[in-house]
Amino acid sequence: MSEQLNFEVPTMAELMAKGEEPEILFWVGCAGSYDERAQKTTRDICKILHHVGLKYAVLGTEESCTGDPAKRAGNEFLFQMQAMTNIEVLNAYNIKKIVTGCPHCFNTIKNEYPGLGGSYEVIHHTQLIQQLIDEGKLKAEGGESFKGKKITYHDPCYLGRGNDVYEAPRKALEALDAQLVEMKRCKSGGLCCGAGGAQMFKEPEKGNKDINIERIEEALETKPQIIAASCPFCMTMLRDGVKMKDEDQNVTVLDIAEITAKANGL
Amino acid sequence: MVSQILFIVLTLAAVAWFSYNVKKVIRNIRLGKPANRDDQPKKRLMTMLKVAFGQTKMFFRPVPAVLHLIVYAGFVIINLEVLEIMIDGIFGSHRVFGGLGIFYNFLIGSFELLALGVWLGCAIFLIRRNIIRLKRFSGVEMTSWPKSDANYILITEILLMSAFLLMNAADAKLQSLGAAHYISAGAFPVSQYLTGLLPDTEVSLVAIERGCWWFHIIGIFGFLNYLPYSKHFHILFAFPNTYFSNLEPKGEFTNMLSVTNEVKAMLDPSFTPPEGEVGRFGAKDVNDLSWVNLMNAYTCTECGRCTSVCPANITGKLLSPRKIMMDTRDRLEEVGKNIDKTGNGFDDGKSLIDTYISREEIWACTSCNACTQACPINIDPLAIIIELRRFAVMEESQSPASINAMLGNIENNGAPWKYSPADRFNWAKES
Repeated sequence: MSEQLNFEVPTMAELMAKGEEPEILFWVGCAGSYDERAQKTTRDICKILHHVGLKYAVLGTEESCTGDPAKRAGNEFLFQMQAMTNIEVLNAYNIKKIVTGCPHCFNTIKNEYPGLGGSYEVIHHTQLIQQLIDEGKLKAEGGESFKGKKITYHDPCYLGRGNDVYEAPRKALEALDAQLVEMKRCKSGGLCCGAGGAQMFKEPEKGNKDINIERIEEALETKPQIIAASCPFCMTMLRDGVKMKDEDQNVTVLDIAEITAKANGL
Repeated sequence: MVSQILFIVLTLAAVAWFSYNVKKVIRNIRLGKPANRDDQPKKRLMTMLKVAFGQTKMFFRPVPAVLHLIVYAGFVIINLEVLEIMIDGIFGSHRVFGGLGIFYNFLIGSFELLALGVWLGCAIFLIRRNIIRLKRFSGVEMTSWPKSDANYILITEILLMSAFLLMNAADAKLQSLGAAHYISAGAFPVSQYLTGLLPDTEVSLVAIERGCWWFHIIGIFGFLNYLPYSKHFHILFAFPNTYFSNLEPKGEFTNMLSVTNEVKAMLDPSFTPPEGEVGRFGAKDVNDLSWVNLMNAYTCTECGRCTSVCPANITGKLLSPRKIMMDTRDRLEEVGKNIDKTGNGFDDGKSLIDTYISREEIWACTSCNACTQACPINIDPLAIIIELRRFAVMEESQSPASINAMLGNIENNGAPWKYSPADRFNWAKES
């Protein structure tokens, strides 16, 4: 099981040149493209797509920021510039369906692009994984066993409260026969990791605690072996929290895509 | 006859004063910018029925939900009694619906049980606020007026219910004495236990019964007219506020049309933006907000559920979503008073941002929507925070340095970090 991909990731440009269209576009996102830790999740999503034989493609270097952090920070100009440029690219490729590796990209493209001329069916990668499991295309076999392992899942705000997706990620975990334990604040009552609303890119205001520490303390109360995430920004915040608490020897933070890929030996 | 005239004059005065104040409130709300909330009337009606009438969101915290439901049901149902009071007051009759017989007895009996429930509920609420001192009811914005406001409301409700029960007790005793006018009507499952406290002479009993009757109705008129000055306005505003609440996914922020036109013109030189004045981007003051934001502010009853789940507030930051709503209402009231005094267009040199809400507060928000989820009547503090950020960023170019750097990176590299767009696909090649 190497980190390296043993297959080529197809780009839209290549598919277009061959006169083909993908079933689904994988929107990687900035974190998934550049952040070293998130890149692993990105590759695992590709491995899953490749494994089930779904015809997919990425935009590669033609992808650009959705504009989410600009919009949350109040720069509507920059957001709409990014959005319209992206929509032009997506529409030129006649994209119908998109899976994203990030709840922020998911929310922005799904909810905020239609008003600017970009209407697509958009799902988050945990929803795709759930669908594949439901269709029997993806099982939890041939890889690492998660049976009985204690996993707690952290709801990303823009997937959970933002778009009411609470079940898909949990179903993906249930398929592993793992022991799913909920934190006190979960689902619609979930506590933010501290990264949203452009906080990821700035120092927090003066207070008595960092938000990710507050969250990780609650996660650690469930005595988990794995903390499951489904957002690259939550991933950063949670991992930092685990390190600050000196628990990185005992607790691993993994994206649902990574867990799924591991369980299938991908 | 004198008392009938007095009653009619009082009623008219109470209604007139209330209408006068409500008109002012509606005028203030109309200072807000337009927002389209007329779509999907069926879904809106359902939302109102579920969230406001059904109080579904209250049950996230079951203990206060049950107490609140009793007080709410008591308030709504006992007010049926006001209909009888009105008729009796105008025509000088006594227990005009008494002829309904058993059904009337059932009604009065239920009112009494509810009145006891309201009495106990309010007493427990007072204990929670003043003796147990729940954390939710404190905070920087909970200065002496908001705290007193809450206590005045609870004490008034207890007094009203006490008067109602005492009135029934006196009435029951008068009925058993066979006093003139006091027809035998009603059932008194609660107040029967109070009759022992009362004197035995008919004159004193009539005085108590009439006294409580007047206290009850004057109390209700007073309470009605207290609403526009109080957080308790939510008993009325909860309904329009939920009806006009946001039906889109919480993660979705509005796309600003004024910006769309400018961006389109930038990207496509042949596009001519529609005529019309482009107003201020974002909100500096309350009149830059939408009427929905402003109605939200009048609806807030300062329960603090939003603040108690706010990740920034929990970790000791200055931001409190409840304060955002209270500041918006206070500033709006101030702007309204300026208009009363000097007409439109008066600039008092103050604004919602800086005078009321600081930059530190708006930049502490993670836009996690915990506050909007927690609000039992769908108030949206996040929308106001984002409008203030829009003003700070687009009109003033004032944002924290690291935010500026992030925005610059997106503009130049198409990513919030300083990476080359040419490297965007490297993840597929490296290990």
